[in-house]
Amino acid sequence: MENETLILAIETSCDETAASIIRNGTEIVSNVVSSQIDSQSRFGGVVPEIASRHHVEKITLVIEKALKDANLEPKELSAVAVTEGPGLVGALLIGINAAKAFAFAHGLPVVGVHHIAGHIYANALVQKMDFPLLALVVSGGHTELVLMKEHGHFEVIGETRDDAAGEAYDKVARVLNLPYPGGPHIDRLAHQASVGVEFPRAWLDDSYDFSFSGLKSAVINYKHNMDQRGEEIVPEKVAKGFQDSVVEVLTTKTVGAARKYQVKQVIAAGGVSANKGLRTSLEQAFEKEGIPFYVPPLNLCTDNAAMIGAAGSFMYNVGVRGNLSMNGNPGMELKSWSK
Amino acid sequence: MIWLGIETSNSPLSVAVIKDGQLIVEIVENIKLTHSVTVMPTIEEVLAKVKIKPSEIDAIAVSEGPGSYTGLRIGVTIAKTLAWTLNKPLVGVSSLKVVAANANLFNGLICSLFDARRQNVYAGLYRGSQLEPVLVDHHYAIEDLLNRLKEFNEPVMFVGMDVIHFKEQIIEVLGDKALFATESLQLPRASKLIELAMKEPFIEDVHTFVPEYHRLAQAEAEWLKEQKKEQ
Ligand SMILES: [Zn+2]
Repeated sequence: MENETLILAIETSCDETAASIIRNGTEIVSNVVSSQIDSQSRFGGVVPEIASRHHVEKITLVIEKALKDANLEPKELSAVAVTEGPGLVGALLIGINAAKAFAFAHGLPVVGVHHIAGHIYANALVQKMDFPLLALVVSGGHTELVLMKEHGHFEVIGETRDDAAGEAYDKVARVLNLPYPGGPHIDRLAHQASVGVEFPRAWLDDSYDFSFSGLKSAVINYKHNMDQRGEEIVPEKVAKGFQDSVVEVLTTKTVGAARKYQVKQVIAAGGVSANKGLRTSLEQAFEKEGIPFYVPPLNLCTDNAAMIGAAGSFMYNVGVRGNLSMNGNPGMELKSWSK
Repeated sequence: MIWLGIETSNSPLSVAVIKDGQLIVEIVENIKLTHSVTVMPTIEEVLAKVKIKPSEIDAIAVSEGPGSYTGLRIGVTIAKTLAWTLNKPLVGVSSLKVVAANANLFNGLICSLFDARRQNVYAGLYRGSQLEPVLVDHHYAIEDLLNRLKEFNEPVMFVGMDVIHFKEQIIEVLGDKALFATESLQLPRASKLIELAMKEPFIEDVHTFVPEYHRLAQAEAEWLKEQKKEQ
């Protein structure tokens, strides 16, 4: 194909060192992820300094493997896309400086991609995005409802006012003495109970915003009260009660927003969208609504560079360019790139 | 033979090109801008000035540490990415040695140091124009370092931009054996880095090259302490 776009994408915003090659914004040619979970789990969470050190160790290996797997030479590439933010600043800097050095060495443009735009565009690698589109982004750092009227248009219509959903999962997992990361363990336990402990739901009536800190406190208080009474908690029932509350709020608000904005497609994105309980609930709800609903496969839900390459390709095609002074932007806002 | 040198171990920045043994361009800055923003544009500017394309570089030298963790990572990440993708050799040089090289006309003990906070320093001790290592680069309590230096019972030339913070303590312990390099010699220079790199072997595996932090990350140090306690 003559006007083929081949993007090398790099992602280092948290604890995965990742590189990928994406053809024409929709096709994964190669996708490499080096995870630090084995090293980080002993600290019970991601330690930024350790994450940064790991990224320096892995970054060129991961990029080299992405190129080799794709059987491509640097000169065949169109551009280098890299996560500009948000994320851990020291971690972002490794990907960004490697991307800039690589781009400079081969005379390629660089494109700075918003991490959440990446999560949303993971869906472009699986099916055609249909607008207006509603994205529910749930991860360790994010809980957001994003409306897209066209490619490159983002409107955050709801977000968390305190903890992200993934954060609440990790904290509740600690209460239940589950290993890090806690999400998958809670999901698994929740499926082993038929009735859960009754926990509150934060509806925040007139808005699409979320709040999970009250729920988290309710779980902590419940455990505390049981301890004082000398009773044992049943982890499966706590997990189910907690997950039911999170899932019901997320599903109800997403359905409400989808109706209000009359969207043609609903997509889930981010690490927590791999959660079976959440996925099933959303699938059932949108089947009833008659609105197509998609979740990308697990390896595209968790952090990866393919999603950055997908978003980066669309940005590249409409002329968005970064430059060699690009810096890490840990608190980057999700802004539209379409005018 | 064209060398590119990159020095970002602390807040100053230096980039230089040495061609066939001659320094043809060098930038030395001490304006405390973010390395992540300035290093790549500076490399681009320096190479453009002398009309050298990235692919024409024959070897790359980088200060490998110790120093500021973030500064080191930016320099090392850029250097190793360029070296790997351009398929050129890479040499890492102690950032303390690079600063010590500023004082290598002094024919005696040269001590370079960086402030590592809470009365600690990263320091190295070298001798004479060849900068033979006398004490290896290390993380010291300033007090311990000065007591060790006192045992040599000979003049020591101090060099490095953080020396000023410890000047009184140094004089207290070493008296008139303490000598101090002049202001213009305090900043690391990429030209000195390249000179030193020319005498060192190339790094065998560029992929695994990482900064010499000389310290564990705090979380890791604490974790190891816990493990020992449990045993
Ligand atoms: Zn993410």
